[in-house]
Amino acid sequence: MTDMSISEQVQAGEAGFSDYFALLKPRVMSLVVFTAFVGLLATPVSVHPMIAFASIVFIAVGAGAAGTLNMWCDADIDKRMRRTRRRPVPSGKVAAGEALGLGLALSGLSIVMLGLVANLLAAALLAFTIFFYIVIYSLWLKRVTPQNIVIGGAAGALPPIIGWAAASGSVSLEAWLMFALILVWTPPHFWALALFTKSDYGVAKIPMLTVTHGTKVTRRSIFQYTVVLLTIAVASLFTPLGGFVYLAVVLGFGPIFLADAYRILHRSEEAACDDHFAVEKRFFKLSLYYLFLHFGAILVDSFIGWNGLGALL
Amino acid sequence: MTIRVEHPLHRRRLGRNLAVGLLLAAFILVVFGVTVVKLGTGPMAGAQGEVISK
Repeated sequence: MTDMSISEQVQAGEAGFSDYFALLKPRVMSLVVFTAFVGLLATPVSVHPMIAFASIVFIAVGAGAAGTLNMWCDADIDKRMRRTRRRPVPSGKVAAGEALGLGLALSGLSIVMLGLVANLLAAALLAFTIFFYIVIYSLWLKRVTPQNIVIGGAAGALPPIIGWAAASGSVSLEAWLMFALILVWTPPHFWALALFTKSDYGVAKIPMLTVTHGTKVTRRSIFQYTVVLLTIAVASLFTPLGGFVYLAVVLGFGPIFLADAYRILHRSEEAACDDHFAVEKRFFKLSLYYLFLHFGAILVDSFIGWNGLGALL
Repeated sequence: MTIRVEHPLHRRRLGRNLAVGLLLAAFILVVFGVTVVKLGTGPMAGAQGEVISK
């Protein structure tokens, strides 16, 4: 082995800070931060800004830890998929063991610090979320059932509950409704993505609904979950979550979202291929706006003090 | 004449070390801020004043 080849090997294996940052799944982290922030501020309890800020920071670190551990255990799947093969572990920039070590260290740090900064309930919920996402979802059910997205959605839906618990020390109906919104939002969001990237999941041998049951069942499931999602959003109007901004979003955006889900239901595979899955891609984008607008509305209502539409009706 | 080894590897390590250093400094600031708030609003609030008044 020459000096040159050693040098090249070191260069290839030496990850930069951005590679470690990519391990944390910053895009998922930003969604977790946003929903946890809304959960924290939607509580009727006032929290010191410093405690609120620190709680969000450690919830974000916990989300990053879960993302890192997911990168470690999904490296074999990520290697086979076009969308994920450039991630730090499958591309060889970061060793799998390093990702595992970083994920475990950040998990411990975030749970302990959230317990000290906020309370033990919030810390326990964060610990459960990481455990659920890694052990129940990533290592087990993701690889064996086409309902993997529904189950994985539960882990992604917990941050507003953690935020609520960090502020109030308890979990109430409003927190569960925010949980339900994300839980039921997740399947149509990812199934729409799976409709236009389905070949990748097949190559990676992930039992996505599109692979195991076909696109017709997937299209029907997207529509069914969208109906349930809109029902939960409307039901939330009759609780303290339902302010006037939230009402406007539910009534204004809900029908648009439902109309697109209906279009997906009645589209044939040939029609979708012809326009390069334009409707499915639009629905995927709309679903991102849907979640952002609903949680944004809850946040705005809590700032203005317009919560409690249910009490007015 | 001094020999300086400039290698992309060193630049990458420097960037990584600086970022870790900044993160550690931010962590210390957060812990400090939380400590100040907890001491100011928790059961220890005013304890210092009581000792001084005695």
